[in-house]
Amino acid sequence: MLREITLGQYYPVDSFVHRLDPRTKLFGTMVFIISLFLANSWPGYGLATLFLVIAIGLSKVPVKFMLKGLKAVLVLLIISVSFNLFLTDGEVVFKLWIFKITREGIRISLFMGMRLIFLIVGSSVMTLTTTPNALTDGLEKSMGFLKVIKIPVHEISMMMSIALRFIPILIEETDKIMKAQMARGADFESGNIIQKAKAMVPLLVPLFISAMRRATDLAMAMEARCYHGGEGRTKLKPLKYKKIDIIAYLYYLIYMLICIALVFIFRK
Amino acid sequence: MQENVQDIQIEAKKLNFIYGEGTAFEQYAIKDVSFKIRRGEFVGIIGHTGSGKSTLIQHLNGLIKATSGELFFNGENIYAPKYDLRLLRQKVGLVFQYPEHQLFEVDVLSDVEFGPRNQKLPETEVEARAKESLELVGLDESFYKKSPFELSGGQKRRVAIAGVLAMNPEVLILDEPTAGLDPKGRDELFDEIIELKKKRNMTVILVSHSMEDVAKYVDRLLVMNKGELVLDGTPKEVFKQYKFLESIGLSAPGITYIVERLKKEGVDLGDDITTIEEARDKILEYIKRKDKNA
Repeated sequence: MLREITLGQYYPVDSFVHRLDPRTKLFGTMVFIISLFLANSWPGYGLATLFLVIAIGLSKVPVKFMLKGLKAVLVLLIISVSFNLFLTDGEVVFKLWIFKITREGIRISLFMGMRLIFLIVGSSVMTLTTTPNALTDGLEKSMGFLKVIKIPVHEISMMMSIALRFIPILIEETDKIMKAQMARGADFESGNIIQKAKAMVPLLVPLFISAMRRATDLAMAMEARCYHGGEGRTKLKPLKYKKIDIIAYLYYLIYMLICIALVFIFRK
Repeated sequence: MQENVQDIQIEAKKLNFIYGEGTAFEQYAIKDVSFKIRRGEFVGIIGHTGSGKSTLIQHLNGLIKATSGELFFNGENIYAPKYDLRLLRQKVGLVFQYPEHQLFEVDVLSDVEFGPRNQKLPETEVEARAKESLELVGLDESFYKKSPFELSGGQKRRVAIAGVLAMNPEVLILDEPTAGLDPKGRDELFDEIIELKKKRNMTVILVSHSMEDVAKYVDRLLVMNKGELVLDGTPKEVFKQYKFLESIGLSAPGITYIVERLKKEGVDLGDDITTIEEARDKILEYIKRKDKNA
């Protein structure tokens, strides 16, 4: 039952996007997000759409998975679109009681909706094609410059990757304990809110204990292998840019240039 | 034995279970599994890691619903819309692997009482059942008020098993009950299970990958491989096919190999030996016969 929850929703297929360096994908996502906020015209959004469609096509991940992330922001999407739709002043095209829709309203709300959808789908392309560990690796490397101002980049990314690694383990553990208690007649579904909260005790206590046990075991195992932080630590698979990354960066550059050009051409 | 419909307690018909149906992760965990288990039988389920043993037994008390196929308990289809799965879980007690990880209460007695209390029994009955179950697993009064977290591994496991027994199940399923116990703890636990089975006349299903364990105790073996049921028979019948067992990553008990080797060297003891005790008797018999002839 809990098995269906996927965090760090990596979709394992082999594609051009999957093979890219995580840094390239992080940078690409950033470029895409910036371009979304720069875009001020239909051609600008058209270009962003094209960029996204190409990325999705190259990633070989079914579009169904891309759209999954939208469910979470559906309410936000509806609210922001309808606010913009009804509350923008301008040339009225439709009026019903106190609601009026203006030409400007339609334009702004459509842009707003597209921007939000593209934001979510765009970042889904990254998380679906990059394993959580590759992602933290990429972040660690890209944020390396922060070490200069004494930010423990390595430690933070180590904590992130351990946390990510533990999510599926703890989900599995929760599933197992839940089933074990259900086998003893526990009922997690029925009852009012207080009964439901009480029913969680037989689940949470063993889960907490097991998390502590695993944490101690891991700390011991790391210490036994002389882990002492990032100082002088080498990587098994160091991140290295390949030819396809250079191609991707060139592609970003062209995209960004056209994007900026479009902003100036369609400036009001 | 004449097969009586009344005797069949659990019947599986073409059970299938698929993980992550419709995604890139789709995988058969159980494939076309059919079997019948009679009341009072002691059945062992063996198989390599990932062969679907644990998934299969979770079907038996309705924790997992099969993707397709039918499952009958005491003649009733448990997938029928009105079937009470909570009642089924009380009748089919399932002890998970490392059951000590499910303990949560402040003391041993209240932890064991969790099951019967969920059955909404009167308080006196709850306590009586808990005490009886603890006695069955060999834990006396001095344990009642102890915290389950200060016990040893073997004791914790006994408390967890008592927690399931306290519901008075008709069928007891144990998933690798001796994993992580030392040889002495293992033997003790098995002896207690045998004792229990006699006293309560329960059907017991034992999941294990240790051939020595199952050979000694069970009446019947189900062998799983890659989600399929590949062999079903008495331990003697199953271990005769030790070559096949090896091909699916299992092995017969060590003694089977010794008997096989002796046969090659010209000492034929027959081919129905599965335990060390049987081998000892046969070897002694053989020596006596030889002495007489000489």
